[in-house]
Amino acid sequence: MGDHARVLFELRDVGLDRAGRAVLDGLDVRIPEGATAIVGPSGAGKSTLLRLLNRLADPDRGEISYRGRPIAAYEPLALRREVALVPQLPALLEGTVESNLRYAADLAGEELDLDETLRRAGLDPSFATRDVARLSVGEQQRAMLARALAQRPAVLLLDEPTSALDHATRDAVEATLAKLRSESNLSLVLVSHDPEQARRLGDEVLEMPA
Amino acid sequence: MSTSIHVELWQVAASLVLVALAAAISHWQRADLERDILVATGRSIVQLTLVGYAIKLIFDVDSIWLVILLLAAMVLFGAITARHRADRVPGSFGPLLIALALAGAGTLGLVVALGIFDPTPRYLVPVGGMVIGNAMTASAVALNRLGDEMADARARIEATLALGATAREAAAPTVRRSLRSGMIALVDSTKTTGLIFFPGTMVGMLLAGASPTDAVRLQLILLYTLLGSVSISALVATLLAYRNFFTPAAQLRDL
Repeated sequence: MGDHARVLFELRDVGLDRAGRAVLDGLDVRIPEGATAIVGPSGAGKSTLLRLLNRLADPDRGEISYRGRPIAAYEPLALRREVALVPQLPALLEGTVESNLRYAADLAGEELDLDETLRRAGLDPSFATRDVARLSVGEQQRAMLARALAQRPAVLLLDEPTSALDHATRDAVEATLAKLRSESNLSLVLVSHDPEQARRLGDEVLEMPA
Repeated sequence: MSTSIHVELWQVAASLVLVALAAAISHWQRADLERDILVATGRSIVQLTLVGYAIKLIFDVDSIWLVILLLAAMVLFGAITARHRADRVPGSFGPLLIALALAGAGTLGLVVALGIFDPTPRYLVPVGGMVIGNAMTASAVALNRLGDEMADARARIEATLALGATAREAAAPTVRRSLRSGMIALVDSTKTTGLIFFPGTMVGMLLAGASPTDAVRLQLILLYTLLGSVSISALVATLLAYRNFFTPAAQLRDL
């Protein structure tokens, strides 16, 4: 990605404190369209950064803009449907994979193409009727991805998408993400503690200071 | 329903033998409750005696305003007491106060409007006490559960918010379970009433010499009144309190 890439997010001098400690401080970052990987050690505030990007949290200091407009000017619920966050640990609602996908699609006012959405997340259509409580962590992670995709977001924020997975499953999820990226104009922002993974998945790699 | 019996002080004193038995069992089995039993006994004597005089005064004065004042005080102390059980819920006092006031006013207003009870101190004071007491327990249990659930389900709630759900939508399963916790005890005891235990009002009326038919009818009225009060208080408390976990921008507050 060159300079001509359009800027999705711009953070200027952003800081956020928790329990009297600065989780983020003086952060200046530009995140372009495309696939951006953010790396850094644990405790560097990577997950917090993602939460700021869809307003699950607001910064204590500094400014954040999304597509050139202050992020606080967006209606938070509408912003979250456009900028979808897939958290590090799966947290599905009770029920089946399908009921989770329908819930998300209904919230976004989108028609759900169930089989296609599952396929894009690397899940077989037979997963639709599975009870989420009976899925493995890797399967839940993909179901979370499918649920986010059901909202047809423009940006996908992925928090350590493979941290809870074994190597084989990790490779499969990475392949799914690469494919997702190549077959749509979806932008990805993913955080990872693994610089190798960041290079494999990101067009651009940003490093967070410790 | 105008029956009355006289209870002598020596009879009350004699019943303390059973308190001594409870303390002895605690001491023998090292349950370490002797002190609590002593405090509980002392408080029950003082509190009930004071309430007895207060009720006597209210009956003698026969003023509806004094009744309302007493019930308002019960609501206030009920909310203060319930707040300690809901210590994981931020700003729980307001929701509890409103929940108890609405439960008390709503159910008492309805039973009076339906002509079940006359709007006189003799009915409103005891029924009001039961209504507010049960409403307090139900809302305390509901908010206690709400606090625990909101902490346990934090990840799921935030993941749901991340989909663009409103705070209300994200908290809905938690609110539902909390409401259920607040109501279930009374629903269960209503199911088993008469089979496993005899409720207090019925026992009191039978002891006081009322006919079993009257005792049963009054008990049924009270059970249904309490069901109404418990559901109003648990509902209002949870619906008002869950909001305190969220910011206006539908973010989970750091607690």
